Amino acid sequence: MDKTVNQKAWFLVLPVLILVAFSAVIPLMTVVNYSVQDTFGNNEFFWTGLEWFEEMLNDDRMWGALGRQLMFSGIILLIQIPLGVFVALNMPKKGFWASFCLVFMSLPLLIPWNVVGTIWQVFGRVDIGLLGHTLAALGIDYNYTNDPFDAWVTIIVMDVWHWTSLVALLAYAGLQSIPDAYYQAAKIDQASRWKVFRFIELPKMMGVLMIAILLRFMDSFMIYTEPFVVTGGGPGSTTTLLSIDLVKMALGQFDLGPAAAFSLMYFLVILLISWVFYTVMINLDKREG
Amino acid sequence: MTDATTTRIPGDLTAGGTKKRVRVNGSVIVMGLYLLFLMLPIYWLLNMSLKTNTEIVNSFTLWPRSFTLDNYRTILTDPSWYMGYVNSLIYVVMNTVISLAVALPAAYAFSRYHFMGDKHLFFWLLTNRMAPPAVFALPFFQLYSSVGLFDTHIAVALAHCLFNVPLAVWILEGFMRGVPKEIDETAYLDGYSFGRFFTRIFMPLISSGIGVAAFFCFMFSWVELLLSRTLTTVDAKPIAAIMTRTQGASGIDWGVLAAAGILTIVPGALVIYFVRNYIAKGFALGRV
Repeated sequence: MDKTVNQKAWFLVLPVLILVAFSAVIPLMTVVNYSVQDTFGNNEFFWTGLEWFEEMLNDDRMWGALGRQLMFSGIILLIQIPLGVFVALNMPKKGFWASFCLVFMSLPLLIPWNVVGTIWQVFGRVDIGLLGHTLAALGIDYNYTNDPFDAWVTIIVMDVWHWTSLVALLAYAGLQSIPDAYYQAAKIDQASRWKVFRFIELPKMMGVLMIAILLRFMDSFMIYTEPFVVTGGGPGSTTTLLSIDLVKMALGQFDLGPAAAFSLMYFLVILLISWVFYTVMINLDKREG
Repeated sequence: MTDATTTRIPGDLTAGGTKKRVRVNGSVIVMGLYLLFLMLPIYWLLNMSLKTNTEIVNSFTLWPRSFTLDNYRTILTDPSWYMGYVNSLIYVVMNTVISLAVALPAAYAFSRYHFMGDKHLFFWLLTNRMAPPAVFALPFFQLYSSVGLFDTHIAVALAHCLFNVPLAVWILEGFMRGVPKEIDETAYLDGYSFGRFFTRIFMPLISSGIGVAAFFCFMFSWVELLLSRTLTTVDAKPIAAIMTRTQGASGIDWGVLAAAGILTIVPGALVIYFVRNYIAKGFALGRV
């Protein structure tokens, strides 16, 4: 749609600006403030420049957390996007069963995140959890509180359980928008199932899939509550992701300066990667429109 | 065009019919397995919530042998428990109303007009959706303490606007783009003022979009814990934070913990049931 130039539109955006300025800019400036100062208590601060940033950049702890975070988000995207698309392709197209699937698939999305953690913490316990008990009965040595590999498997399966439906529902919405005529044309051409997917369904889903990838990347990169409830970042620090480490530093140890420097770099990494996704998405939008 | 193709290849369609039946069966298995995977952990929590603690700890049973509703009774008769649900619902509803109220005009501006810095502004808004709550937890705590809003519902509602307002603008903008601009122009020619046009004509046109945006605001505010826990102590404490107190000196009260968990799922399930027909389109944020 061609839009008209109208500078007065700023007035319509003003409420959002004021609200977001209050709830985002002021706190962010506080963070910036802390990141360049040090304190000995009593609200006496002095300028330290970029010292905290240098310290954090030379800190193995942050690099470790960043590495684990990238691995976590990467694995999550690699599992959830294909699985979500696969589930969407198998969903009933309309009628009672379509609503049935939609309702039950959305259910995990609306469970408070710490309850999600609790569910899986209980579910995986060897003594009282169905999963842990069954695995133990099958003779598999599974213990997510002691074994780093088991802890990783648990939080990844938990996240797949929690969020795959979001990808599936987005992909499903994309599929719903494909007119029947496309499928009939493919049938006349005797296109194989794979070709129908590759040349009809996938291109039509691209737009919503980019939204799915963007949302899943952002949310998995900031994940805190669920793994914290399940593993508490352990065993050791093997499942300490960026947010868990940050909260430990800021609210636990009250190391304001380093935590603030950490925060800003954390935010920048998310921004950078999301910006790439966003640009790709906008370009896809343009090509279609 | 659709009609022409359908009438021209009737034979092909019936052939497709038999093939389809085979594929549907495969789909049923896939969906069955997937839904089973989704429901099992929830069933396990429900199962636990209906057992006594002795049964949970001492025996491994697939369904409650000594069926009890005591765990639910504990929660629903104790104000310090059930007020958690009330607190959560209050700030979630406040957040949804505030987010929609400010996002509607902004989304209209983004969908209809070019103005200085509009693209940058839009992306900047989205960056707030990308801000990790962990980064903002401490500054929020200090900000709301300094303005005397600490431990109030409005503080949590405003804090959640951080990620809900950008999302609401994004969703609504998608839906508004789908409404032809001629409608606006005709209304203005007919002498409607902006306010009357917006509330009488435009909002009914995008009502499903508003519903979807409200659903998303509700969802993300309801499930968030880090900020709501940091910003409250007693008066506005959300249910999710109250749940942690089941860890007493004598170990964890599994039954009550499970019952509290099940009760947090109920509001979400109700909301889903009401919007089930919009979910599919809504999740695409109006962009299909």
